[in-house]
Amino acid sequence: MTDLLQVAVLTPGATTPGVFLGGRGWRRWVVLLATVLLVTVNVPAWAQDTAADETPAATGGAPAAAPADFATLVDSLVDAGYADKDHIAGEIVESGNPRARIVLQALLDGKLYADGNKQVYIVGDAPDDASELPVSDAVSGDAHAPVAADQLDRIGTNNGLRKGLKGLIAQLKLNDPDAGVRQRAVKEMLRDLDESTIAALRARRAHEDNARVLAKIDVGLALGDLESSDVATQLSAANSLYGELDDDVYNRLKPLADAGDGDPRVRAAASKAVKHIEFWREIYDGLQTLFFGLSLGSVLVLSAIGLAITFGVMGVINMAHGELMMLGAYTAYVMQLLMPNHLALSLLLSIPAAFVVSGLMGVAIERGVVRFLYGRPLETLLATFGLSLVLQQLVRSIFSPLNRSVATPEFMSGVWQLNDLFALTWNRLYIVVFALIVFAVLQLVLKRTSLGLKVRAVSMNRAMARAMGVRSQWVDAATFGLGSGIAGIAGVALSQLTNVGPNLGQSYIIDSFMVVVFGGVGNLWGTLISGMSLGVASKLLEPWAGAVMAKIFVLVFLILFIQRRPRGLFPQKGRAAEG
Amino acid sequence: MNKSFISRLMLNDSGSRLFLGALLIAALVVPLLNLVVPAGSALHLPTYAVTLLGKYLCYALLAIAVDLVWGYCGILSLGHTAFFALGGYAMGMYLMRQIGTRGVYGDPILPDFMVFLNWKELPWFWHGMNLFPVAMLMVVLAPALLAYAFGWLAFRSRVTGVYLSIITQALTYALLLAFFRNEMGFGGNNGLTDFKELLGFDLQKGSTHVGLFLITVLALALGYLACRYIVNSRFGRVIEAVRDAESRARFIGYKVESYKLWLWVFSAILSGIAGALYVPQIGIINPGEFAPINSIEVVVWVAVGGRGTLYGAALGAVLVNYAKTYLTAALPEVWLYALGALFVGVTLLLPQGIVGLLRQLRSKKS
Repeated sequence: MTDLLQVAVLTPGATTPGVFLGGRGWRRWVVLLATVLLVTVNVPAWAQDTAADETPAATGGAPAAAPADFATLVDSLVDAGYADKDHIAGEIVESGNPRARIVLQALLDGKLYADGNKQVYIVGDAPDDASELPVSDAVSGDAHAPVAADQLDRIGTNNGLRKGLKGLIAQLKLNDPDAGVRQRAVKEMLRDLDESTIAALRARRAHEDNARVLAKIDVGLALGDLESSDVATQLSAANSLYGELDDDVYNRLKPLADAGDGDPRVRAAASKAVKHIEFWREIYDGLQTLFFGLSLGSVLVLSAIGLAITFGVMGVINMAHGELMMLGAYTAYVMQLLMPNHLALSLLLSIPAAFVVSGLMGVAIERGVVRFLYGRPLETLLATFGLSLVLQQLVRSIFSPLNRSVATPEFMSGVWQLNDLFALTWNRLYIVVFALIVFAVLQLVLKRTSLGLKVRAVSMNRAMARAMGVRSQWVDAATFGLGSGIAGIAGVALSQLTNVGPNLGQSYIIDSFMVVVFGGVGNLWGTLISGMSLGVASKLLEPWAGAVMAKIFVLVFLILFIQRRPRGLFPQKGRAAEG
Repeated sequence: MNKSFISRLMLNDSGSRLFLGALLIAALVVPLLNLVVPAGSALHLPTYAVTLLGKYLCYALLAIAVDLVWGYCGILSLGHTAFFALGGYAMGMYLMRQIGTRGVYGDPILPDFMVFLNWKELPWFWHGMNLFPVAMLMVVLAPALLAYAFGWLAFRSRVTGVYLSIITQALTYALLLAFFRNEMGFGGNNGLTDFKELLGFDLQKGSTHVGLFLITVLALALGYLACRYIVNSRFGRVIEAVRDAESRARFIGYKVESYKLWLWVFSAILSGIAGALYVPQIGIINPGEFAPINSIEVVVWVAVGGRGTLYGAALGAVLVNYAKTYLTAALPEVWLYALGALFVGVTLLLPQGIVGLLRQLRSKKS
């Protein structure tokens, strides 16, 4: 049946079941044959359905006529009574116009309006008290100049009509050429099943060829069978639902398993299926927590890794590190302002841009302030803290103290639904991947380049490295620039998770220090492991301690941990480390 | 602290002489200008200015406490406002219990925020806080115990330098988060406020504020003398040796960690007292006092005034806070630039602070 679907998709105007079935003569017979083979129950209902489906196919022989028809139908909604509207809605479905679903959905949502000339519009989102409303033409879908609110009258609906509309929209969605739309439609229908929806599912099952949609439909039908008075039907339905993870299945089976009355075999089957769902729920909840922990950990690693380099190599505490992240985040914001129509591109370009902006700022800080304070780490801490205040105020003066939001490009928004119980948000997934890439690149730079070699030499023993001809001043500036640039990149990543504001850096600085100190100074692997484990630990603690208490626990743990191992998880080896 | 110590101090230490003299003058002039000079006169000092000066002096006491550990022992604490706020909360709890039935809900025992949260009885740590001596004991004990526990762990395992600075910051940050929680029983986000009276004195009255100012001056003077006594004693010499070469001091045979620990606890107690004096004058204590940035600001006061001099710390606290009051009102945009520039400028150009600059100028002259 696969090629049938493809042909149907390719056929112009093939969005309605009628055309779908009736488009090509001999294929129709194949479909009918297949239908007879597949559907063994409820044959009369199916037969009726096919008959109904055939009518538009017969009349729709001239697709060119359809839009005109559609326009008249939509216009006739304006003056019709509720019962007539129900009827017209049915005809709109049969017209086979691709906009049928949009118009009906607008009618259902109360967004279908008509003006004095009986012109029908779909109204877009606007505040309640707006005097002019953004509208588009209902028939063509073309945007239209805004219309004054008092000239528009809503095309009303009542309960009965809304119920009918829901059924029609579901039917339209069930027959959508896109399997994803169909799958979502079935899932929506599972939430409240009644006779009409079950009939629609049964009808669709016959010519559904997508395995996933088919499985969902079977779940729906089995849920319907659970209501049956026949114990055998109930039992086989309950048995067939074993292994399903859907919430709706759980909600239907749970009362059945708990009920005192009813057939004990049905109850046993239901409770078996329920236990299965509960078991997997716990597993997936655990995985979900782990994922949240890893994504939080990635943020920590990103924000701490630049710090780990500057702190590790120069023993310098850069309190302005958070503000360098903030600069990176603002770079992403500015890039987006520069090219508002290319979200994804602007985000990709802001990664190198932020590296350069924050990196240059870092070099400036090193040359201007930090280099005069070597050997006095506490003074460095204070001076860089002063710089962080200046940077914050600078951003406040330039961009205003308000938070700005950086839009998320399409490929990073939404969720990746792995199954009924498990979904990963794309932006968090990308952040995890991004953190690992940054880590790997940094590791390569430190281990495989001449700069990296010099940086490691200076961090192990500055005096000896100088004696061997390493220009330690130059290495210091480059290291500071590198660490700061990475802070900028971390800022770009953060701009995708939270709002960008002048205080962005401040809220991460303590966490970043904790990560560095926990992991051990000057050790990138230590930073990675400590960041990830702190992230996972906070997320594990959160469900039973609450977010704030979890944070407090982690801080107290770190304070105690440093007592045990003052040099972190992975202390730096070498004589200089003892100093 | 015997007579000979004070007389020696007055004879040999011009800085102490000036500092204590200035305090004495303030104690005489401020009440005079506020209470005796009539309100219409140009010389009249309004009550809010008295309160403001009292606040500066509380900060000065806190700065002295920080200077004691940083300037003389090299422990850079970025969490001293934790002790300050704990002292303040102990005082706030006492003042809260004094409100009694005058609160919005009129409950004789429970403070307003507990009635609001629907609590039925006082948490255990609020019992006895209606008694002034108990509250004062807690002002000293709460910071002291925290400092002892923290210091015992940190100094024994030889956490030093920037590591120590960062975990002190983590400490105050953790307390900040904890006190924000309503469940802690300290009024959550809003903290403790709406105080009515202290030992029967109406906190709305100007004369009460003058009284509090005088007590603050006295506390500052005594705190200063105590710190001066400590740093001039043999104990103080060891402390300085620890600052300059910790390992050598240890190898000579001193128990470095217990010297550090007791100095640390004493400094925390001073901070707690400063906090306790601060709260009735300002009229509120909330978790914002724990914010790490406040602790770092204290360090800047000390750096500006000149670390390792005690009176320099007090001078820095008053000057920087006066500048803050002035700038945040007149040029709010500029304040953070000024503070930031102060951090950088002082560390780069004035490592000994204002006092160090003055000393340099004097030695050039002579």
